[in-house]
Formats: sequence, C-alpha cells, structure tokens
Amino acid sequence: MDVVVVGAGVIGAACADALSSAGLRVTVLDRGPLASGTSAAGEGNILVSDKEPGPELDLALSSLSRWPTLVGDTDIEWDPKGGLVVATGDPAPLAHFAAVQREAGIDARWITPAEALEREPHLTTRVTAAVHYPQDAQVQPVLATQALLSNVRRRGGVLRPGVTVVGLDARGVHTSEGIIACDHVVNACGPWSGEVSRTLGAPIAIAPRRGMVLVTAPLPPTVRHKVYDADYVGAVASGDADLQTSTVVESTAAGTILIGSSRERVGFDESIRVRVLRELARKAVALFPTLADVPVMRAYGGFRPYAPDHLPVIGPDPRVPGLWHATGHEGAGIGLAAATGALLAELLTGVTPHLDPTPFRVDRPGVLECA
Amino acid sequence: MRVVVIGGGPAGLAAAGAAAAAGADTVLVDSEPVLGGQFHRGHPQRVDARVRHLANSTVWAVEGMRLHVRTGQADSPSRTGEVLNADAVVLATGAHDRVVPFPGWDLPGVYTAGAAQALAKGQGIAIGQRVVVSGTGPFLLPVAQSLKAVGAEVLRICDANTGLGWLGHPRAASPAKLAELLGYAVRLRSAWRPRTAVVAAHGEDKVNAVTVAKLNPDWTIRSQERIAVDAVCVGHGFTPRLELAVTAGCTLVDGFVAVEHTGATSVPGWYAAGEVTGIGGADLAAAEGEVAGTAAARGSHPSRALAKVRSGRRFAAALAAAHPIRAGWHTWLTDDTLVCRCEEVTYKDLRAAVDLDAAGTRTFKLTSRVGLGLCQGRTCGRAAIDIATALASDRRTFFTPADLQRRPIATPLRLAELASLPEEDL
Ligand SMILES: Cc1cc2nc3c(=O)[nH]c(=O)nc-3n(C[C@H](O)[C@H](O)[C@H](O)COP(=O)(O)OP(=O)(O)OC[C@H]3O[C@@H](n4cnc5c(N)ncnc54)[C@H](O)[C@@H]3O)c2cc1C
Ligand SMILES: Cc1cc2nc3c(=O)[nH]c(=O)nc-3n(C[C@H](O)[C@H](O)[C@H](O)COP(=O)(O)OP(=O)(O)OC[C@H]3O[C@@H](n4cnc5c(N)ncnc54)[C@H](O)[C@@H]3O)c2cc1C
Repeated sequence: MDVVVVGAGVIGAACADALSSAGLRVTVLDRGPLASGTSAAGEGNILVSDKEPGPELDLALSSLSRWPTLVGDTDIEWDPKGGLVVATGDPAPLAHFAAVQREAGIDARWITPAEALEREPHLTTRVTAAVHYPQDAQVQPVLATQALLSNVRRRGGVLRPGVTVVGLDARGVHTSEGIIACDHVVNACGPWSGEVSRTLGAPIAIAPRRGMVLVTAPLPPTVRHKVYDADYVGAVASGDADLQTSTVVESTAAGTILIGSSRERVGFDESIRVRVLRELARKAVALFPTLADVPVMRAYGGFRPYAPDHLPVIGPDPRVPGLWHATGHEGAGIGLAAATGALLAELLTGVTPHLDPTPFRVDRPGVLECA
Repeated sequence: MRVVVIGGGPAGLAAAGAAAAAGADTVLVDSEPVLGGQFHRGHPQRVDARVRHLANSTVWAVEGMRLHVRTGQADSPSRTGEVLNADAVVLATGAHDRVVPFPGWDLPGVYTAGAAQALAKGQGIAIGQRVVVSGTGPFLLPVAQSLKAVGAEVLRICDANTGLGWLGHPRAASPAKLAELLGYAVRLRSAWRPRTAVVAAHGEDKVNAVTVAKLNPDWTIRSQERIAVDAVCVGHGFTPRLELAVTAGCTLVDGFVAVEHTGATSVPGWYAAGEVTGIGGADLAAAEGEVAGTAAARGSHPSRALAKVRSGRRFAAALAAAHPIRAGWHTWLTDDTLVCRCEEVTYKDLRAAVDLDAAGTRTFKLTSRVGLGLCQGRTCGRAAIDIATALASDRRTFFTPADLQRRPIATPLRLAELASLPEEDL
C-alpha cells in the first residue's frame, strides 16, 4: 500500500515513521524544507503537567512512553528534567488541579515553597505553592523531527521537500510536481491543515494561534526544571482571541533560557508586537527576579494549529475515502507526536488502536466544515 | 511631517540634512556616540542644527511606522527608552565587514578590515608589527594605508581576485575616486599581490604565521608559502545590516534592499540609502542619502545628487563584478575549522546538517546551531549558508537572504528593559 503524508513537521514525520514501520510505502511531501514549519518555531516540551484528565492526557502519557525509544540512539536532546508549576497567588486552584491529575495517574507532587526554592534557588520568594511533575520532559523539536524522518528514509521511504499539494482525486494527490498515485493521503499540514483540507475537497476547521518565545544570552546554569506559572493551564484551555501569556521558563542545552509563550489569534500575521514581548519579559522576571539583567538575544515564533474544541484531529475523513487528517495539536504537537503517529498507523492498517480514537475523530461537532 | 533617519553614517547624515532642509521635523538615530558611521570613524561629523540627533541610540524594534529606541551604552543598566512615530523612515544602517572563514581565523591577532581600520583611525593603534592584509576589494587599500600610517609593516596585500582590473573602465568611477585609488595603488604597489589569499592562520594562543596561497580563478589553491606575522587583517567586502528592513517588510533583491530611484522601498513610507542598498563607497552613500532624505520629506528633486547616484551605481556594479566571492574558499576549510565562533560550529557540523536535509535557514540553524549565539549569525551566517548551498548542490535548497537577517529584536536588550516599557509606548 502506498501512503502520501503531506507535511514534514513533527506530526507528519511521526505518522510517516509509524506507517513505514508497519511496512507501508511512504512518501512525505512538504512545500518547504523538511522540519521547517511550526515544528521549527516553538519549544519542545513534552508535558503532562498542563493537562487535565481526559483524552489529551491519555495521548500525552502514551507519547511520553514512546518518545525515548522512537529514534534509537540519535541525539534529540531528550531530557526528562521534570516540571515545576508554581503559584504566586491563591494556591487553591493549583492544589485542586494537581489533586485531579493525581487521580488520573499523573505523578504530581505537592511541595512546600521552601522545597520549591531548594529545587530552583533563583525562584521568586513570593511562591505560595508548588507542584513538582517528575514526568515532564523535553526534546529539541527539529532534531526530533529529523530523526523520525531519517527512520523513514532508512526504510526506503521517499522525502520530497519543495512539493506543494494542490488537490486530490481518484488518480492520486495533485502536486506542484505532478500527480502522485497512492492509496491513502495524510493531511499533516499543521496550522495550514485547514487551508490544505479545503484544496483537498474536505474542509476541517483548523486555525492558527500565534505564539512568541524570547531567548536570552547563554548563562551559567540558573534554571533547572521547566518552571511554569500556574496560570498556564487557564490559557491553554481558553478560546479568547486576545493576548494571553503564561510563563514557561527553562534552560536549553546551549545555556540559553527560553521564555514562552504567548497565545494570540491574529491569523498568519507574522509582524512583531512589542506588547507581547513585554508581557513575556514581565512574567519571566516576576518568576525569576535574577533574570532582570539578562539580555534577550532573539525572539521567534510560529502558529499553533488548533481545532475549535482544542483537541487534536486524528483519523479518516468521512467524506473522501483514503483521506486522513493528523493535525490540530495546538501547543503540544511535539509532545503528542509519538502517540499520534502510532494511532494513525493503527487506524489506517486496521490494527486495534492502543487508545480510544473517538475523541479525536474527524466528524465531531465543529471540526467538519461545509465544502 | 516627521522623518526618522536610522543610521548616522554618510548616507544617514546626508538624508537627515536633506530632510531637515526640505522642512521636515527630522530625527537622526545612531547607535554610535558620535556621528560619521564607518567611513568617518575617528573624525566625528556634525549634522544640520535643525536635526534632533539621538546618539548612542539603537532602533531595536519596528512596528509599522513606530520605532522603538533605546538610548545609552549597550551594557548600561540605565538606558532609557523612547518611541518615535514616523511619517517617513530613511533606513541607513550600513553594512558590516564580511569575512570568509579559514582555518585559524578565530585566533587572536586575526582582525576584520573594519576593526583594524577603526583601531588605526580611531585610536592610532596598529594591530601588529608584521601584518598581512587579505581578502578582496579596493577597501583593502585604505586599510593597509592606515596600518602603515600607525607604524605597522604591511608584508602583503592579498586580493583573491585580480583586483584593480576595473580601473580600466573609466566610466565606472569618478575621476576623484580613481585618483584616490590609484594613489593607494602606487604607494602600496610593492606589497600588493593579486590572486593570492591567506588560507590559514597558525599559532597556539595568538597568530604567529599565515599560509598565503596563490589561487586559481575559482579561488582553489595552486601553491602556498608560510609567512611569519603577528597580525592578520581580512575583509571580503560587506554584508548589509538588514534586520530592520526585513522586519519592516522591505523587498530584498540580491541580498540588498530594493529601492526606486528616489530611495523608496517596497513598503510605503520606508526609504533606504547607503550600503543597505548596495556597496559603493561613502560618496555614493551620501548621494543616496540626500536623494532619499529629500524624497522622504517630499522636497524638490535633488537633480545633482540623482546624477551622482546614477554614476555611483555604475561604480558599485563594476566593483561587485570585479570582486566576486568565489566558492573555492570552501576548499580552504578543514573538518574542524570553526565557522560559527559563538556556538563553536565546525565545517563538519554543517555537513552533518546538510546530510539531514536541513535545507532552509531556520532548520539549518536549529540543526547545526550555527548563528544561534550572541552575534546571531551576523559574522558567520552568510558563510554558513554559502557552504550549505554548495554542499547541497544536488538537492533543492530554500535559503533566502531575508531569512538570514530575520531578527525581530535588532539589538539585545535586558529583560528588565523590556519588562518596564511604559504602556503608552506600546
Ligand atoms: C511558540 C510556540 C511554542 C510551542 N511550544 C511547544 C512545546 O513546548 N511543546 C509542544 O509539544 N508543542 C509546542 N508547540 C506546538 C508545536 O510546535 C506544534 O503543535 C507542532 O509543531 C505541529 O506540528 P505539525 O507537524 O502539525 O505542523 P508543522 O510543523 O507546521 O508542519 C506542517 C508542514 O506542512 C507543510 N505544508 C503546508 N501546506 C502545504 C501544502 N499545501 N503542501 C505541502 N506541504 C504543506 C508546511 O510547510 C509545514 O512544514 C509550540 C508552538 C509554538 C508556536
Ligand atoms: C575598513 C573600511 C574602509 C573603507 N574605506 C573606504 C574608502 O576609502 N573610501 C570609501 O568611499 N569608502 C570606504 N569604506 C566604505 C564606507 O565606509 C561606506 O561606504 C560608508 O560608510 C557607507 O555609509 P552608510 O551610511 O551606508 O553606512 P555606515 O557608515 O556603516 O553607517 C551606518 C550607521 O548606522 C548605525 N546603525 C546600524 N543599525 C542601527 C540601528 N538599528 N539603530 C541605530 N543606528 C544603527 C551604525 O552604527 C552606523 O553608525 C570603507 C569601509 C570600511 C569598513
């Protein structure tokens, strides 16, 4: 069986990896270079800490267990450094959230502010409560995507950067380089999945949500975990178009500190907004006052692909036989990629899925759009 | 109407003067403590008294016609901020030295032509006693001259091209320019060697010798000799400073800001002048500045300056044609030659990234770490992308000059500065 995966981001790469590992002949297309879209424009957190019990958490836990073995010994800067979520105001919502998570099997350890400061000596002393999540990990998303694509290449799969998909019919996928015959097509075009689904004749409601990240100059070790402001959870679940930021501060292998990230619905507008940068800086300095004098070297950002109900879309399109979607992972696509690829391959090859695919189905309210 | 000129070199100075003369409320923002840019280094310039000059000030971000400025020494905790709302902007941010890497170029004692010139002209300091100058272009000559003037012995001036061949095109340069360059050529004749280059620098913790090679026309090595030195000065032309142009959305052509004859860019209200639009020396930069400053302030047609721009551009085109960078320099590199000094990325690391099909700028940087350090690719970016493009010549690549210069934060600022921006500035 021949499958064409459209989109060489982390999701397309994970799908192609799982499909080729199941013995299918896979071609991956991307209109640009490999691993250069959203997957090269964000951070690589693999989190359970920000998720409430439900289908996304199930997907995240499955992914977490798969990532370390998916790429053999290729270095993708996998680092299970753990997360620390801190509240500086009323501790009650965080306590409640962590308690609910614990019931769902997450390792969420309530620690005292003093213990939090012991773990993160530069943290603000205004901390009122903290939860330690030993399961939180990270990868370098571009290296991770490339490692998955290398698996595909090694199994004889074909990678074709610079090929744009423009349509689909019984003969196959229509591209800027001609028609490619195949049995199945996977739409893994990230924030452009909505646009691409329309050209494929099967529109789904995926839209972009902009995010910016600040990068500091390299520092001696200052931040040990991924440290989140407890208001992070509120921002993820909200559909508000206005600017939202919730601080995530973490250091990278190179010594720089990443300060993420904002959420705005501004379409594909790439222009810089100083207000957004200021909010990120304010919240980072509030969490880590010692960072005040650290220079910011760079700002970058991208567009998170999101569905109206903020859940990924993984499965067959009910309108066009042979068309599949794997998209809508919003701010968690790197983390969720490993399990997404596995689930899609299971559904496509008819194997019993390792988790319930129903919540991610394409024909759920709000996702299917009229052609 | 308010015109903001960014950059206080020959182009920006002329633009600010012309805009003020045409009646515009004019602000000149320049990151240096004194006016003059590259060319007048060591000889501070003045600007028309009607111009408000913000010294030690950088435009660090651009939002449409709003320019965000920080004033004060870069590392000072007491910098202040200001927002300028412009009706028109003249971008005159100039260029910085371009250097192609070679084994040992990261050793202390190896200077860029611009740095050597700044030390000599600005502070009267010679980079060494026994110096070899290497690179390509006529700017090597004034640098060599400055080095001699502060007491250095200039052993060789290596131009990897045949160099001054374009002097034979009399229409290419103004008589004054020709005379100036011929003057240098005569005085420096004995040291000048066409089609040669420093292809390696040697030493433990400081350069003590260089390998000078005779080159083929494609810059591959024909033969080499070793020369004892205590300093090296290298320059391979200039790379325009384009981050603000890219943030503003100006169209680039061949790696420079595309401009109409008035200096207008593709973005309404944005003009550009000087080395951001092409490399042609200080006179051309000044003429372009006058034209763009006048147009920005909607003044009357400066016909003399326009004529100078036309002839200057011919000179610039001849210059570019006579001093190409040939890909043979890639053969000077060894596996462990550092290309990116900030992140210590070697030639071999770049090859590994190409092997992973990292064929776009962003991906290439994130795979190899090239250009992710403090200089944000200003020193190494162009060389790294040239290398990648050559190594991936059998594949499709997606590198663009704009991607390389995409730096929405044009100069670093401290988190506290960012955090304390007042509401009314946003
Ligand atoms: C600021 C920011 C921070 C983030 N932080 C995290 C984090 O910490 N952890 C985490 O898990 N996630 C994070 N994310 C989210 C994560 O980056 C995304 O969920 C993920 O990268 C989506 O991957 P993708 O493969 O679906 O999309 P992409 O990587 O965008 O890939 C889609 C590809 O489709 C291609 N394409 C589009 N149209 C066509 C066409 N017509 N023909 C052919 N190809 C086409 C594009 O070129 C692109 O390469 C963050 C995102 C942002 C913006
Ligand atoms: C070593 C050397 C020797 C040279 N010799 C000669 C010669 O003999 N004859 C000749 O004609 N030319 C010579 N040149 C070239 C000449 O210096 C340039 O042609 C000329 O300076 C270009 O003028 P400009 O105004 O475009 O840019 P520049 O002179 O480079 O001025 C740009 C200014 O903008 C400022 N700036 C940049 N970004 C920002 C920002 N974001 N905010 C605020 N300010 C900013 C910079 O600090 C600088 O002051 C030489 C150059 C070098 C480096």
